[in-house]
Amino acid sequence: MRKKDRIVFLFFSLFVGLFPLVVASIKAVSHYIDVMIFAGIFSLVSIGLCLLMGYAGQISLAQAAFMGIGAYCSGILTTHYGWPSSLALMVGLVVTGVVAYGVGVPSLKLKGHYLAMATLGFGMIVHIVLNEEVELTGGPSGLVGISGLGIGNFQISSPFAWYYLVWGCVATVMLFSLNLVRSRIGRAFLAIHADERAAQAMGVDVSNYKVKVFVLSALLASFAGSLYAHYVEFLNPGSFGLMWSIKFVLMVMVGGIQNLWGAVIGTVFLTFLSNEWLHFLADFEVLIYGLILLVIAMFIPQGLVTVVATKLLKKGLRDGA
Amino acid sequence: MARKLLRLESVSRKFGGLDALRNVTYAVPEGVIQAIIGPNGAGKTTLFNCVSGVFPPTSGSIYFDGVRIDGLPSHKIAALGVSRTFQNVALFKNMSVLENVMLGRHRQSRAGFLACGFRLPSMKREEQEIIRRAREYLDFVGLVDEENKPAGSLPLGKQKILEIARALATEPRLLLLDEPAGGLNTAETEQLGDLIRRIKKTLGVTVLLVEHDMNLVMECSDLVVVLHFGTVLASGTPSEVKNNEKVIEVYLGSAAN
Amino acid sequence: MDFIQYLFSGLTVGAIYALVALGYNIIYNVTEIINFAQGEFVMLGGLLAVFYREVLHFPLAFAFLASVVTVGFVGYFFERFVIRYAREQAVLSLIIITIAFSIVLKGSAMLFWGKDPYTLEPFTQGEPWIIFGAALQRQSLWVFLTGTAIVVGLSLFFSRSYYGKAMCACADNPVAARMVGIPVRKMIMLSFVLSAAIGAAGGVAITPLSLMEYDRGALLGLKGFGAAVLGGLGHFWGALVAGLFLGIAESMCAGYLSSGYKDAVALVALLLVLFVRPQGFFGNAEVGSIKRF
Ligand SMILES: Nc1ncnc2c1ncn2[C@@H]1O[C@H](COP(=O)(O)OP(=O)(O)OP(=O)(O)O)[C@@H](O)[C@H]1O
Ligand SMILES: [Mg+2]
Repeated sequence: MRKKDRIVFLFFSLFVGLFPLVVASIKAVSHYIDVMIFAGIFSLVSIGLCLLMGYAGQISLAQAAFMGIGAYCSGILTTHYGWPSSLALMVGLVVTGVVAYGVGVPSLKLKGHYLAMATLGFGMIVHIVLNEEVELTGGPSGLVGISGLGIGNFQISSPFAWYYLVWGCVATVMLFSLNLVRSRIGRAFLAIHADERAAQAMGVDVSNYKVKVFVLSALLASFAGSLYAHYVEFLNPGSFGLMWSIKFVLMVMVGGIQNLWGAVIGTVFLTFLSNEWLHFLADFEVLIYGLILLVIAMFIPQGLVTVVATKLLKKGLRDGA
Repeated sequence: MARKLLRLESVSRKFGGLDALRNVTYAVPEGVIQAIIGPNGAGKTTLFNCVSGVFPPTSGSIYFDGVRIDGLPSHKIAALGVSRTFQNVALFKNMSVLENVMLGRHRQSRAGFLACGFRLPSMKREEQEIIRRAREYLDFVGLVDEENKPAGSLPLGKQKILEIARALATEPRLLLLDEPAGGLNTAETEQLGDLIRRIKKTLGVTVLLVEHDMNLVMECSDLVVVLHFGTVLASGTPSEVKNNEKVIEVYLGSAAN
Repeated sequence: MDFIQYLFSGLTVGAIYALVALGYNIIYNVTEIINFAQGEFVMLGGLLAVFYREVLHFPLAFAFLASVVTVGFVGYFFERFVIRYAREQAVLSLIIITIAFSIVLKGSAMLFWGKDPYTLEPFTQGEPWIIFGAALQRQSLWVFLTGTAIVVGLSLFFSRSYYGKAMCACADNPVAARMVGIPVRKMIMLSFVLSAAIGAAGGVAITPLSLMEYDRGALLGLKGFGAAVLGGLGHFWGALVAGLFLGIAESMCAGYLSSGYKDAVALVALLLVLFVRPQGFFGNAEVGSIKRF
């Protein structure tokens, strides 16, 4: 990790660590813990998508579908078959990994637009299956009675436990990803992003890396999906449709496409936006998301978070001097 | 007669109805600087693309050090020891100068996802080694002072040199340079000639040089082959080629206008 | 006869997919951009026609025209104020931009019309015709008529008119087209207006049969893209054949296999084609490989 990352990580840990303690003591915002748990779960997805999209330059509009595969594996195995949640989660990872590999190998041979359409089509197929396999998934009315998360007798039940579990995972995944992008593999991603032909001529096995980072991002989504299933204990196909895949793209874009910290901050910001601040504007939500995405993609490709952070930093330096 | 490092046997490449290469048979001995010249559209870049695996030849076979390489994907050909630069500079503009060269070391390093993600000691050691070697190559081409600049911010001359450093970092035995002097001024071209000679002498790399700058070609190269409409028109030492009648006809004919 | 019945309904939706596919092709040929908002034009066309007819009480033919013109204007707006500033961006941002615009259209439609489906009266009243024991809705015929009129009009436009020929030239070689003085920018603009209007016409025609709601665009768009790819992206007749084929396949699946999975048919076909033969069945791999994206 670079020095800058270390400092940011320190602040991040402090903030995330203290957040529930502060929030829990203020009645009006005590439910923010719950929102933050969701934000943490979604952050796992957007970190994966940031690696795929920002670093390796490959788009995926199927992240919500991968999340859905993980979630429904957890949901179905614990409700219909009485499996322990931790085992169900692992099976979810394996299933998602295999599916992502199967979809990734042929898709990632395709160029930009085709790749986007292929993942979009795949995501919609998953959504249709979730709606149609009523006996397994409960169909549109949903799957209820999913067990909580636990290993043996140890159950994760309090919001605090969930909070620290989820954000512990986020921190671990974040460290892993930061290390990854500052290594030979991260350089290979960036090279693929910049110029596939040149990367390959320099000895980078381009399709291999593309598939690997695609599977990695799918696994993170699946893991997040399983956490989601065990936390909410209820699933419904609507949470894994196209709109959600686009929301993940938006979360990454808000943070600045090639900025892992930005992806987390963007995710937290948008989760609060839709769960809290824009709640009364629910009908406008889709429109607002579209507009934000449009403006960022057109005018602020480096992302809102990056722009604001740079501004604050400059201001801080000026005031300090 | 020196060993042949690269052998082309009746290599052809079609683009739709256009024959970019027709039945090219040619062999490059090890340890030479081999120039390839020819008018625009003669098929020089196409030849490079076939050899480096950007696309396969339509027919014919290519051997590198006795191993058949036509049709292999380009990262495999790179792994065998063929590296190249591109006619239109193809640097990774989003990365720093040093990182570009470090990418060249990709094949020479092993660390996988887990080792990289968890920064295992083996990976850290390897990374140090990558940096050290990358700096050596930057030093070799004379760009060591620029290592932290974004690759895209360098002037064109330096970008071309950086691309050579990146290619050298893969430790090739055969280096393909596609118009390295294009867009360079006289002083820069002289330095480039110097660099190419050092690549052969110091590093022992065989160089294939596509170039329009005849001074550079005549000064640097040991052998010259002339491509014309996708076929080999003539080959030999620079002075032989210079005095070849067919070459004079084609070249002076086109140089006249 | 069930089979004939399914064939009729398949051809009807297939005609709409073909129109969407044509929309993709027109823009793609001129700009090499895939417009992810293509399906939203269809949705918008249908809902706007309902608005003009039911709220403003236009005569039906005027409602049709007004809707097509309005959506054509949306296409103009999209090109003029969005695409024009983004055209030189990397393909990744272009994709995201057209997706974002599709979300904007969808979000606006939801604001105006809410989440309920709307219907429109058929273009002509009357009992369906019975052919070989199967019922053919009069509106289905209108869908075909609309489709045929558009196809004939477009082929005349491309082969006869100055603008049409100029657009073909841009598609073949934009640099050369610019050099011989064709206003490439105008052609790009025209391609967006045209494909928006075509999508809208399809949307109006289909609404009396299958209703229309704010979130139908994405699926329609994706199926239309399936048809475009199946027929070879950029290929005019390929898109038509593939669109009708997908429509029939979908309707047969709904009839004989499972109605719930009918929407998946075109998507699975799309994935299979992309994986096995991305240049489509009428396209040419060589041409595809020199395209920018
Ligand atoms: N990918 C391609 N698709 C279609 N045609 C191509 C392609 N690459 C090259 N060509 C054609 O093949 C012929 C040979 O091109 P090539 O680039 O090999 O020439 P060159 O000798 O490198 O010329 P220059 O000196 O201008 O670089 C040209 O007519 C060119 O248009
Ligand atoms: Mg060339």
